[in-house]
Amino acid sequence: MARMKFLCDSERCIDCNGCVTACKNANEVEWGIQRRRVVTLDDGEVGSEVSISVACMHCSDAPCMAVCPTDCFYPTEEGLILHNKDTCIGCGYCLYACPFGAPQFPKQGAFGARGKMDKCTFCAGGPEEDPALEEQKYGANRLKDGKLPLCAEMCSTKALLAGDATEVADIFRERVVYRGHKNGAWGSLNQEPGLTDLAQQAAELATDAARS
Amino acid sequence: MKTCKRNPGWFGLVALLLAGCLLSLPVVAQSQGGPPADARQELMQALPGVTSDYWRDVKGGVSGTTSSTSPGADTLIMVEGETWREWRNNWISPGGLIALGGSASAIFLFWLLVGQVKLDKPRTGRKIERWSRIDRTIHWYVASLFIILAVTGFLLLYAKWFLAPILPNSLWAGFMIAAKNIHNYLGPLFALGLLVMIIKWMRHNVFNRVDLKWFAKGGGIVGKGHPSAGFLNGGEKVWYWLVTFLGLTVVISGLVLDFPNFGQSRETMQTTLIIHAIGALILMAASFGHIYIGTAGTEGAFEGMKTGYVDEAWAEQHHDLWYEAVKHEAISEEELEALKAGQPAAAEAKT
Repeated sequence: MARMKFLCDSERCIDCNGCVTACKNANEVEWGIQRRRVVTLDDGEVGSEVSISVACMHCSDAPCMAVCPTDCFYPTEEGLILHNKDTCIGCGYCLYACPFGAPQFPKQGAFGARGKMDKCTFCAGGPEEDPALEEQKYGANRLKDGKLPLCAEMCSTKALLAGDATEVADIFRERVVYRGHKNGAWGSLNQEPGLTDLAQQAAELATDAARS
Repeated sequence: MKTCKRNPGWFGLVALLLAGCLLSLPVVAQSQGGPPADARQELMQALPGVTSDYWRDVKGGVSGTTSSTSPGADTLIMVEGETWREWRNNWISPGGLIALGGSASAIFLFWLLVGQVKLDKPRTGRKIERWSRIDRTIHWYVASLFIILAVTGFLLLYAKWFLAPILPNSLWAGFMIAAKNIHNYLGPLFALGLLVMIIKWMRHNVFNRVDLKWFAKGGGIVGKGHPSAGFLNGGEKVWYWLVTFLGLTVVISGLVLDFPNFGQSRETMQTTLIIHAIGALILMAASFGHIYIGTAGTEGAFEGMKTGYVDEAWAEQHHDLWYEAVKHEAISEEELEALKAGQPAAAEAKT
């Protein structure tokens, strides 16, 4: 069985929010719920602005699963963390434990009581036999049809990769090799002595171009 | 003016793009094991901001900007979550079981070794009013809500380990939804009762010299003879202040958790949940002691909170100073029956 993974290549993400829109459209989530989001650090600061698309990362040791009072989470054979909305009591503990802020709650009850938790399913649906009901409760099940999550499929710069961990790793490794320096994976040219000035110049040039 | 300014920028970019394409072609054609790519080609794709410091910021929980409006969405990694998980799962869960189990087994052992504290003298049959109807109403209102909240709270923390495996999923789901809703909706009602009880009984619970002697004699548990006590003894006063401080802690933290519509952050909720759980578990463990002493542990104690009246013998044995002050109010069982039947005038006439 393939082990499914998301990977967002921060060198490529341009904060277009295409993944966010694709996700919303594929899964038809409730109003106010956003399973995927793009976070930009140092927004607007030349030379240090970086964006990353983030959603449920389907952890190997999932904190949400560890703290859930009703044990509504379950890991699939593909390494995904899915959950059963029938068992969810809307306590919000998964949100308090999750490092990525993945769990989302519709506001349903009185006094701000939370509804059933909703989160990224890696477009793999949920525990429901009836496909119509599954789609209504958990969104698309694209994996069943041999398709990957729509966010990654529609990423215009192919920053967001989704799929079998080894495939994703191969693609990313190839990119790192083409980038051609030892920090090509998780750090930029700034780490390479002597190239810092060049990187700075390139950034300024690109910023000038974008601004004019 | 604007177009003039624009041109050099665009020109630069196009030139750089072209240069990049030209330079990249031979490199791409090479196999992966070939020499490293040209640095200038790398410039075309590299974002200068993606540095080790950037990843350090991400790991450290630095906030950025996002279009998502869900709470805390501007943080990529919320680092406090792991600490909370560790506190809750590795310390509070086992710690609570140790506290509850320890308390219950200590009481059971005490009961086996010492047994019930019997009345020294036979009952006189004359009764003294100890708890008025209002007192008893408040007590049983708070007590029953406490038990319901303790049981549902216990289930929310532990039921997944012993009930989830044996219940069918549909039943389990309904059970836990009920537990959460009962806990959340009865909580504020408990808070009201607790507040009234704390205020109503505060005047009985000021520590004095008599209590010091009572503590020095270990409350009469060790050795023979009962230390003197007023209306309430030192142990009862300790229980009162435990209920006051821990109860208020649990109630205040509970209200913060119960109304998430005021925009509490995840970090606030984590801390509050830890305080709530620790306070509630200590209170539950201590309540076992109160329940034991008030029921099976002491002969003649339970009727005080049940009927409102205690026997003279019990009053003299456990609360001698109070007994001295109120013994003239003692009434016979027949008078008490008459009183309950709604003839207080007749009863008073007899005394």
